[in-house]
Amino acid sequence: MRRLKQTFGFTLLRLSVFIVFLSLLSLVVFISLKGFKVLSLSFLLEFPRRGMTKGGIFPAIIGTFLLSTGAILFALPLGVLAAVYLKEYAGARKWVKIIRIGINNLAGVPSVVFGLFGLAIFVKLFGFGVSVLSGSLTLGILILPVIIRASEEAINSVPSSFKEASFALGATKWQTIRKVVLPTALPGILTGAILSIGRAAGETAPILFTAATFYTRHLPESPFREVMALPYHIYALITEGTKPEFQVPIAYGTALVLLLLVFAVNFVAIIIRFRMRRKRKW
Amino acid sequence: MVNKIVIKDLNLCFAKNHVLKNIDISIPEKLITAIMGPSGCGKSTFLRCLNRMNDLIKRTKISGSVLIDEKDIYSDSIDIFDLRKKVGMVFQKPNPFPKSIFENVAYGLKIHGTKDKGTISEKVEKALRDANLWDEVKDRLSSSAFDLSGGQQQRLCIARALAVEPEIVLFDEPASALDPISSSKLEELLEELKKNYTIVIVTHNLQQAARISDWTAFLMLGELVEFNKTEKIFTAPQDKRTENYLTGKFG
Repeated sequence: MRRLKQTFGFTLLRLSVFIVFLSLLSLVVFISLKGFKVLSLSFLLEFPRRGMTKGGIFPAIIGTFLLSTGAILFALPLGVLAAVYLKEYAGARKWVKIIRIGINNLAGVPSVVFGLFGLAIFVKLFGFGVSVLSGSLTLGILILPVIIRASEEAINSVPSSFKEASFALGATKWQTIRKVVLPTALPGILTGAILSIGRAAGETAPILFTAATFYTRHLPESPFREVMALPYHIYALITEGTKPEFQVPIAYGTALVLLLLVFAVNFVAIIIRFRMRRKRKW
Repeated sequence: MVNKIVIKDLNLCFAKNHVLKNIDISIPEKLITAIMGPSGCGKSTFLRCLNRMNDLIKRTKISGSVLIDEKDIYSDSIDIFDLRKKVGMVFQKPNPFPKSIFENVAYGLKIHGTKDKGTISEKVEKALRDANLWDEVKDRLSSSAFDLSGGQQQRLCIARALAVEPEIVLFDEPASALDPISSSKLEELLEELKKNYTIVIVTHNLQQAARISDWTAFLMLGELVEFNKTEKIFTAPQDKRTENYLTGKFG
C-alpha cells in the first residue's frame, strides 16, 4: 500500500514536469513553425510596406531596443542605489519594512496599471507626450522592483568578512560600499538587470498608451517621438489588421523575433551567472 | 620598556551581556602580547576594542579608557579612520578581497588617498616583502588572491594591513585556520614583525602563546585574571585559575 502511494506520488511529479515542459516546448515550436516562414534578413531590416501586408519590422526592433535600453538606463542606477540604501544604511526600522513591502507589492501590480500611470504622469503631467521617453520611464518603473530585489540579494551575498577587512583598514562605509561591496555584488546585479531587460522588451501594456504607435515611416529623431515596438506590433496586426491573410503570418514572425531576442538576453544573463559561480571562491 | 597601549577600567556590554569587566592592562611597545583564555571569554571582543571594530555592532556600550600613545581612542576628537590605519588587524580566517594580489595590498593605500602609482607599487612591494610573501607572488601580482593557498592568503592579509604603515597590529587567532607548516611560517613572521610593530595576538593555542609572546594575559569570563611576562605565566602562574587552565583542567 505504501509502495503504491509512492508510485502514485512519483507519477504525479513526473507528470507535472512533463506537462510544464510540453507546454513550453509546444509554445516555442508553434511560434517557430508559424513565424519562420516570413523570417528573412529583409524582414529584419526593412520598414513595413503596403498597409503592413509586406515588408519587415525594422522600426519595431529599433523601437523595442530603444525602449528597453531607456528603461534600464533609468531603473538600474536608481534601483541599485535604492538597494544599497535599504541594505546598508536603513537598518531594521519600521518604515524600512513598510517600504520593502511596498516594493514587493509593486512587483505584483498588473502592467496595464503601470501603463495608465505612465499616461497620467509622464505623458500628461510632465508633458513628454506619447514618446520613447515616456515609455522608457514607465517600463523603468515596472522593472524597478525586480532590479531592487536582485541588487539587494546580490549585496546580501557579499561576505561580511570582506566588509570587516575594509573597515579594519580605515575605510569609510561609503568607500567600503563603492570599492568592495558593489564590485563583489556586480555580477548578481547585472544578471538581475539583464533579465529585466528581457521583461521590459516583452511588455505591451505599459507602452500601449505611453510610447507605441501602429505605424511610422521614420525612426524616432528624438526621445520625444513615438515609436513602433515588437509586442505592440503583434497586438496591432492581430486586432487592427484589415488583411489577415498577409498580416497574421507577419505577426507570428514578429513574435518569433521577440521570443528569440528575449531568449538571447536571458542567455547572456545565464552566461554571466555561470561565470560568476565558477570564479567565486569564497 | 614603553607602554604603547594603556587600558583602564574597561567595561563592555553587548545589549545585556557584560562581556568585559574592569580590565586594566598596559601593553608594551614593539613586543608580542598574547591574549589567551577559554572560548567565549571575551578575547576577540577585547582585541576589537583596540581599533574600535566593536563600534560596528549595535547596542554596544563601552566605558573606561583605552589610551594609545597617551591619547584616548574613544574621545570625540579621535578620527576613527585614522585610528584604524594606525592599528591594523588580521582576522581569524584569511579574508582577502576578491581582487588581484596587488590590488589587495594597494587597497589601504588608495582609500587613504595615495594616488601616485610609483609610490603605491613601492609600498606594495615593501609590504609583501615584510610579510614574507614577495618571493612567492612577485611574478603573479595580477592574479586573483584566491589562487593563493590558505597560509599565503593569511600572509597577504598581513601585507595588506602592513601597507598602510600601522604602529600596532592586532591578530585574532591568525593561525587557527592554517595547517602546521603555514602556521609555523606565520610565527616566524610575527617574530620579525615585532622589531617594528607592537603586536597583540589572541590565541587559544597555549603552545603558540608560549613560543612567540613576550607577555601573556589570561582572560576568563570577561575578567583579566593574570597578566605577566610569558615565562612567568607559564612557569609560575599566580592565580589558581590560570594554573588550572594551563594544566588542562578546563579549556
